Amino acid sequence: MQLVEIDRLSYAYSGNLVLDNISFTIDEGDILGIIGPNGAGKTTLFSCMLGLLDDYTGTIKILGEDIKKKNSKVFKSIGYIQQKKTIEQNFPATVEEIVSLGITTTGKTSKVKIALALETVGLLAQKDRRVGELSGGQQQRVLIAKAMVNNPKLLILDEPVTGIDLEMQNKFYSLLKKLNQENKITIIWASHDLDAVNRFATSVACINRSMFFHGKTYEFFENPDLLKAYSESSMQAHMHLHNHTHRG
Amino acid sequence: MQRALIAGISVAITSSVIGLFLVLRRNSLFGDALSHAAFGGIAIGLATNIYPLWTGLALSILGALGITKLRQYAKIPADATVAILLSSGLALGILLISLSGGFTLDLFSFLFGSILLISVEDTLAILAMTGIILSIIILLYRQLMYITFDEEQARVSGLPISKLNYLFIILASVAVIVSMRLVGILLVSSLLVIPNVTALLFNKGFKKTALISVSISIFSVVTGIAISYAANLAPAGTIVLVSTAAFLTVLAARHYSKRKQVVKKLEEARN
Repeated sequence: MQLVEIDRLSYAYSGNLVLDNISFTIDEGDILGIIGPNGAGKTTLFSCMLGLLDDYTGTIKILGEDIKKKNSKVFKSIGYIQQKKTIEQNFPATVEEIVSLGITTTGKTSKVKIALALETVGLLAQKDRRVGELSGGQQQRVLIAKAMVNNPKLLILDEPVTGIDLEMQNKFYSLLKKLNQENKITIIWASHDLDAVNRFATSVACINRSMFFHGKTYEFFENPDLLKAYSESSMQAHMHLHNHTHRG
Repeated sequence: MQRALIAGISVAITSSVIGLFLVLRRNSLFGDALSHAAFGGIAIGLATNIYPLWTGLALSILGALGITKLRQYAKIPADATVAILLSSGLALGILLISLSGGFTLDLFSFLFGSILLISVEDTLAILAMTGIILSIIILLYRQLMYITFDEEQARVSGLPISKLNYLFIILASVAVIVSMRLVGILLVSSLLVIPNVTALLFNKGFKKTALISVSISIFSVVTGIAISYAANLAPAGTIVLVSTAAFLTVLAARHYSKRKQVVKKLEEARN
């Protein structure tokens, strides 16, 4: 079953085409790694999928529903973790309180659900600690617990391990695999880490404003021509961004 | 005195609960803007013989909703919209007062508070508004906390952000009107801000911080009223100064405790 169907998605911002005619589908149970250089449109793609931007052309269907209809049932079935999300150190909330936010829209807080989510991410013992006291990696796991406490069908992660040390990154990827295999959660995950995508994703979408490649992970990583073309386009995007920044 | 205490405790609870969300959203001065808008409304009420709390409430809500829309559509910074509402409300009040021949005793009581002279009618109005605010906050506590924690995440999870934000603005306006009777327009934001900033120093979770803030607020109001009654001082100023003293005491205690911990850690490391 196709959980996500994106058809001819285009989005422009301030006269610049950020996404150009992107089409792809995601099957239930997939881990889709989305790769692309900085400024390739990965975060914009997620913003469109999450209903944060709606002045795009084309269609995005999640669970068969056009997301422009703003069906709250669809949004409740999505967990989302933002890029470089840091929790403000002084925010007065315990780990348990933050995770409980994930089940706001379903009614009464279920202590069991929260405990289960915290156990999955290995933080049950920390439930009464203030979230601001935790390390960056632990905070990221709290946000995952919040995202999964509502038993989402789809988890969208935007460069979730930025700023986290290597050991925590590996733990994080193992957790994603576990969520995918044991909880049957479909995952879309934007990353710059090609090695991690190669190890954990079942399929890959490579975007740089338009779709560059979409297929099985091995099809991408076992094709030297594709890899070469990807690194060249990344380099060009990097140079463009570098020049742009220095001129600005 | 009994009415003053009942109304004072109600106000203490309401203002600290609403204030926690305002402080965490970095909107501490929003209460000031609301109270100054209410000042214009109160002047309208006094000039037209309508119960001033209702006209103050109406103008405060209209002003707050207006600047929220302005902030969204014209992309004007939050602090600038607060300044617009604050000065416009005050200007309207001054204009109406000058037209009606100057300050009256009633207006002074709204500016500086008059909790010891509070009427049965005002006490009942305050109790009713407190009941409504607290019921809604308890009902929507988790949603409001989510928006305060991360508005974008809350939007993605399907919460009706705009509706909740507008509702919160209305609740904040009501809280400000309720608090005005106690400490006056000029000191309203102190009740919203100081107990919450003090409670945040305890580094606890959300519920505990809210409870600590409410306790500090009640302590400040009750102690302030008692001192002002015994020493014949202005209650509003006394309440706010007690609250400031509580803040400074907690701050000093925290500083001392941190230093003690640092010394202890150093000693442990040396041994």
